[in-house]
Amino acid sequence: MADRNPAPDTPELRERWGAFEFNESYRARADKAIARYPEGRQRSAVMPLLDLAQRQVGEETDTQGWLPLPVIEYVADYLDMPVIRVLEVASFYFMYNMVPVGKYHVQVCGTTPCMLRGSDGLFETCKKRGMKKGHVSEDGLWTLTEVECMGNCATAPMVQINDDNYEDLTPERLDEILDELAAGKQPKTGTQIAGKKTSEPEGGPTTLKEMVDANHDYRGEWK
Amino acid sequence: MLADKDRIFTNLYGFQDWGLKAAEARGDWDDTKSLIARGHDNIIEEIKASGLRGRGGAGFPTGLKWSFMPKESKDGRPSFLVINADESEPGSCKDREIIRHDPHKLIEGALVAGYAMRARAAYIYIRGEYIREAETLQAAIDEAYDAGLIGKNASKSGYDFDVFLHRGAGAYICGEETAMIESLEGKKGQPRLKPPFPAGAGLYGCPTTVNNVESIAVVPTILRRGASWFASFGRENNKGTKLFQISGHVNKPCVVEEALSIPFSELIEKHCGGIIGGKDNLLAVIPGGSSVPLVPAEQIWDAPMDFDGLKDLGSGLGTAGVIVMDKSTDIVRAISRLSYFYKHESCGQCTPCREGTGWMWRMMERLRTGDAAIEEIDMLQQVTKQVEGHTICALGDAAAWPIQGLIRHFRPELERRIEEHNAKFAEAAE
Repeated sequence: MADRNPAPDTPELRERWGAFEFNESYRARADKAIARYPEGRQRSAVMPLLDLAQRQVGEETDTQGWLPLPVIEYVADYLDMPVIRVLEVASFYFMYNMVPVGKYHVQVCGTTPCMLRGSDGLFETCKKRGMKKGHVSEDGLWTLTEVECMGNCATAPMVQINDDNYEDLTPERLDEILDELAAGKQPKTGTQIAGKKTSEPEGGPTTLKEMVDANHDYRGEWK
Repeated sequence: MLADKDRIFTNLYGFQDWGLKAAEARGDWDDTKSLIARGHDNIIEEIKASGLRGRGGAGFPTGLKWSFMPKESKDGRPSFLVINADESEPGSCKDREIIRHDPHKLIEGALVAGYAMRARAAYIYIRGEYIREAETLQAAIDEAYDAGLIGKNASKSGYDFDVFLHRGAGAYICGEETAMIESLEGKKGQPRLKPPFPAGAGLYGCPTTVNNVESIAVVPTILRRGASWFASFGRENNKGTKLFQISGHVNKPCVVEEALSIPFSELIEKHCGGIIGGKDNLLAVIPGGSSVPLVPAEQIWDAPMDFDGLKDLGSGLGTAGVIVMDKSTDIVRAISRLSYFYKHESCGQCTPCREGTGWMWRMMERLRTGDAAIEEIDMLQQVTKQVEGHTICALGDAAAWPIQGLIRHFRPELERRIEEHNAKFAEAAE
């Protein structure tokens, strides 16, 4: 199990977040999420609502966002759930940040498929830039986390930064991506190998070559 | 090699648009009404006849699973289809390609499969980290609703069927079907005891079937082309086509659809540009995602990549996430890293797994550096046996098997490290 504890409940925390509520846009998204579940099962929406709350906190703090206790209480109230049930969910799932993070949450996959393709080098790159696992950098820009398999194994090694994946990375290319982000630019997402589309073999697909240039319909060849 | 015309996922690499128009031009949603008109039981029989086995790892016959669902609701409870898109098994990255490049195959499959098992709605549980993928899938679902393909009178079939997307938030264990149901109900994803099985009491206490993304997405094509077409690929009991995901030390890692039972060597040579440094540089392969034991080079090379072929080697096809390791690999570290993964992902419910995964990982770390006694190899083996089979779900087994595979095939390497380490200390003491 991963160790995950909520940030201490202090007067300062209450002061800063005690009045949290969804703004209009997030409230609309929250209500839409609740409507996906049957009547009386609104509790099912606790995961989408925690995600939305974290995102709104992120927008308000110019970070990826996190879940202070008063925000968790707000979600519990919104869904008419006991606070402990919401806190339980928030601390169980790894994507909910229990403590503040930086503007960019650099999540380097360290599981075996990425390790085999050189994720050690990606951690080195992050370390050289002063990042430390589980800490927010002094400029507030970065939080480094080692994450478990992200499901990009055929395009390993990879890093997920906030909502985007950067795949087929080298330490040098990651360095450039971090530079671009620091400069406020949006780097190219997905595979970083020039000329590669997604998870086809490098140098061009060995199958389905007709699909590269046109939306081929194979039904005519069915017998 | 499988001919392109026999591939189901023609937009696998996303060279073309995932949207409804392009998907229809490729053959999706083509007279879905007539597929549904075949009737609940006919569809189930056709899927049974196709030999389709679940693509999520366990390989349970899909049609048979559907037939466990109640034919009528005696107490008014609806039935649900839950689609497992919580792809988190290290080495697996196939459902992601379906979701972001061919989402309409999945949605159409949800409707047809949901109809066959008499479900009222499908919940697609996608792992939280697939953020962009979830955006694409939700957009595809919206397109399908707008076109009347799902929802009330879905595809003009007279059947009402909803498809909802639910995002996870980073817990491997939610790929276990009952943990997924717990999570959908808004709780911690801790597996339930079985029985009752989900087909009797699953989501919200209603009859539920949980199927993998790939199992569902292939259904419309199987129905259109016939069970015998699908069953013409692969060996007996291992029928059909399959998405293979090859990662690690090959020249060109990739995802590719191939016929089941394709020899390992062909998969690697034809699609992945061979092993880095050539065939002789191959050390071992984890053929089905991190949960299955590794297979040494000499045994895997000519092996058929299917359920039974890999079972015969003491391993398994799992998700067909093939992790290739060449001779530069620190094999003990590679497996130890998996032990760390299981320690991190244990839900904490059952003591043997919660405590055992941590213990096994710490032991593996000592074996990595050789800081251990020879007897501790057997002790570790024993502990894996005490975890295996003694937990509610299979995560305990999954944590035990990679270690058992390592001890089975690389015991001399473990002993070498211990001896080397001890010799160094003896030298220092003199």
